[in-house]
Amino acid sequence: MINQAPAHLWLMIIALAVTAYLFKIFGLVILGSRQLPKVFDRCLGLIPAALLAALVAKDTFSIGQSLVIDARVAGFAVAVIAAWRRAPLIVVVVLAAGATALVRVI
Amino acid sequence: MKRFFAPLAEPAVRRVVIASLTLGGAVGIFALSFGVASVSAGASVWQTCALSLFVFTGASQFSAMSVVGAGGSLAAAFGGAALLAARNFVYGLALSSSAKSMAGSLPRRIFAAHFVIDETTALALAQESPRLRKIAFWTTGIGLFSFWNLGTLIGALAGSAIDPQKFGLDIAFPAAFIVMLLPHLRSKLGRQAAALGGVLCLISISFLPIGIPILIAACAVLVGLRK
Repeated sequence: MINQAPAHLWLMIIALAVTAYLFKIFGLVILGSRQLPKVFDRCLGLIPAALLAALVAKDTFSIGQSLVIDARVAGFAVAVIAAWRRAPLIVVVVLAAGATALVRVI
Repeated sequence: MKRFFAPLAEPAVRRVVIASLTLGGAVGIFALSFGVASVSAGASVWQTCALSLFVFTGASQFSAMSVVGAGGSLAAAFGGAALLAARNFVYGLALSSSAKSMAGSLPRRIFAAHFVIDETTALALAQESPRLRKIAFWTTGIGLFSFWNLGTLIGALAGSAIDPQKFGLDIAFPAAFIVMLLPHLRSKLGRQAAALGGVLCLISISFLPIGIPILIAACAVLVGLRK
């Protein structure tokens, strides 16, 4: 995959940069200190919980459109334990990568 | 230069600056793993760096490249990443009452908006005086931006020099997502949203195009409607 990045990936990068900036500036500068309904605030605040959990599920248990259980599950388990014990990210990644690579070798 | 560093003589200011820089260092490590993960998902070094420079909101960048790497459409990758960026809107609102004292004139506020992310918001809002809030916002913002982009560049260069799959580095995505997810599991609503989001994604993965299940998972935020 490396160095064969499709040029239209640039389109997504630009769209995402503009969108992310608009969200930031909309709250800080344009809307100002107006109050939003509490429930709206709460739901927006829950987006990371819902989406990050979905991303973890997708990256651990699927390849493309099929559900699979492979070496990544070992990495996932190790990562959960390490993160739970408040290990810094670099340690979490190294331990998880090690576990995944080890299971692949076996 | 002497005048620039003079406020550091004050313990309160020193505490804020040290907190900002420590956080910056930790974030630099996150950026390293983003750099590796992004190039292994198919982006070039330039594209990876552009994401960190111009999108500058970590979870969205990770999410976008995770979907692209899995073979999802660019629209799906964009959708999930944009949803994750939406919380910066709430942060902007939270900061807006102190925006004038933090950033001053309108052009400076427009510039400051780029730095409205999780960490700057948390550190700025933790300060009691407007002056400390301003120092926290700018040191965290500029420090983080520097570390984030430096880390990304190093990670991207390293990632294109090795075979990430062979070193098990494809786990860098879920590992980063797990670390980012944990703080959200402290509240009951957060746990419910995460559980529902994960389940919705797994259920829909086999019959929806790649990346769309991530958008479906966003429905889980509706647990926030009750109460």
